[in-house]
Amino acid sequence: MDKKQRRELIAKRVAKELKDGDVVNLGIGMPTMVADFIPEDVEVILQSENGFVNLGPAPEPGQEDPDIVNAGAAPVTIKPGGAFFDSAESFAIIRGGHVAATVLGALEVDEKGNLANWMIPGKMVPGMGGAMDLVTGAKRCIVAMEHTAKGGAHKILKECTLPLTGRGVVDLIVTEMGVIEVTDKGLVLKEIGPGFTVEDVQNATGAELIIDENLKEMEV
Amino acid sequence: MDKEKSLKDALEKVNDGMTVMIGGFLGVGTPEAIVDGLVEKGVKDLTVIANDTAFPDKGIGKLIIKKQIKKLIASHIGTNPETGRQMNEGETEVELVPQGTLAESIRAGGAGLGGFLTPVGIGTIVEQGKKKLEVNGKEYLLELPLKADVALLKAKKADRAGNLIYSKSARNFNPMMATAADFVIAEVDEIVEIGEIDPDAVMTPGIYVDMIVRGDK
Repeated sequence: MDKKQRRELIAKRVAKELKDGDVVNLGIGMPTMVADFIPEDVEVILQSENGFVNLGPAPEPGQEDPDIVNAGAAPVTIKPGGAFFDSAESFAIIRGGHVAATVLGALEVDEKGNLANWMIPGKMVPGMGGAMDLVTGAKRCIVAMEHTAKGGAHKILKECTLPLTGRGVVDLIVTEMGVIEVTDKGLVLKEIGPGFTVEDVQNATGAELIIDENLKEMEV
Repeated sequence: MDKEKSLKDALEKVNDGMTVMIGGFLGVGTPEAIVDGLVEKGVKDLTVIANDTAFPDKGIGKLIIKKQIKKLIASHIGTNPETGRQMNEGETEVELVPQGTLAESIRAGGAGLGGFLTPVGIGTIVEQGKKKLEVNGKEYLLELPLKADVALLKAKKADRAGNLIYSKSARNFNPMMATAADFVIAEVDEIVEIGEIDPDAVMTPGIYVDMIVRGDK
């Protein structure tokens, strides 16, 4: 798999986690791609933390409205039935438990469900934006990322080393190598990516995986 | 009372060393004409409270490039590399705040609240130096209100009484900032007579707004 195929596989698999009627916030980058793979018979209401619900796809060239952008400043649309609101209300929606799921990338995630995705001290400090609110407030937090960093460095760890975005917040990790659920007992490998063995996944993971007794091939 | 004034009048209200709230999310909903005026005026040592510093050539980013900001309180600076550079070199003090906490701190400042309890930031470096309280078995951080000397807003439309209507996702932080500063200036695309905005359609009541100025459009 090349990088594009890996990212598509992950986005497709995450899309299957979303249920009809869910209000969902997708992070910038690969998580945004999830929207392209939501089945037609599943209606998901996308929330954009800069202040609206029912976020739609990018407009046709020439149809961009400078006042309708996503949280990454890219032009988007709003679907019929959508609504705009201010930032205080946007985060009341997020913190108040009105968002069913958030999908975010990660720099590191560990077996206790801790997530680090907002800074690398001394190198990259973009700020947390709305990520801390999202991981704390959304009912379900799904991490969508490539399994390892450049050079194969582990991103799924026994314990995060970078400053945390949230403590014990992650519910599910979806990578090109598999689907991992965060449980009280640790990380449970539920599904395995196409072309990988359990050994491959364990070797690419910095924490011990519990292999689900019903382990199956990743369904996309 | 007609609250429409000139851009020059508005710029006279913003002076060195002030704390200024500026609306906008990555430049969308930021009063660009006022920001350009502040760059031209060369006002300095500002404490700016805003969601982000947009881009080097857009919105608050322009104040960063000209080094007019002494201290920044924001949730995100990643889209303007110069902000990060100034922070790392110790040229500008940057306090990063979770976005929802920033919005609510401004709301609290304008709503007469002494602070609020949020679970956001528990277990992270955001909790450093903050009081933790347990309510019904759950941990919260006590976050304090934010206020400013001046708030600079962007709206689509105003009447001469200062009642405001925002446009789409350009609303963002503007409504809270309207409530949380001693002097509130809104840059608008269109000004209509009193009575021409349906009271039901008003998003920010004019009582919060001290001055309106026309933007470029």
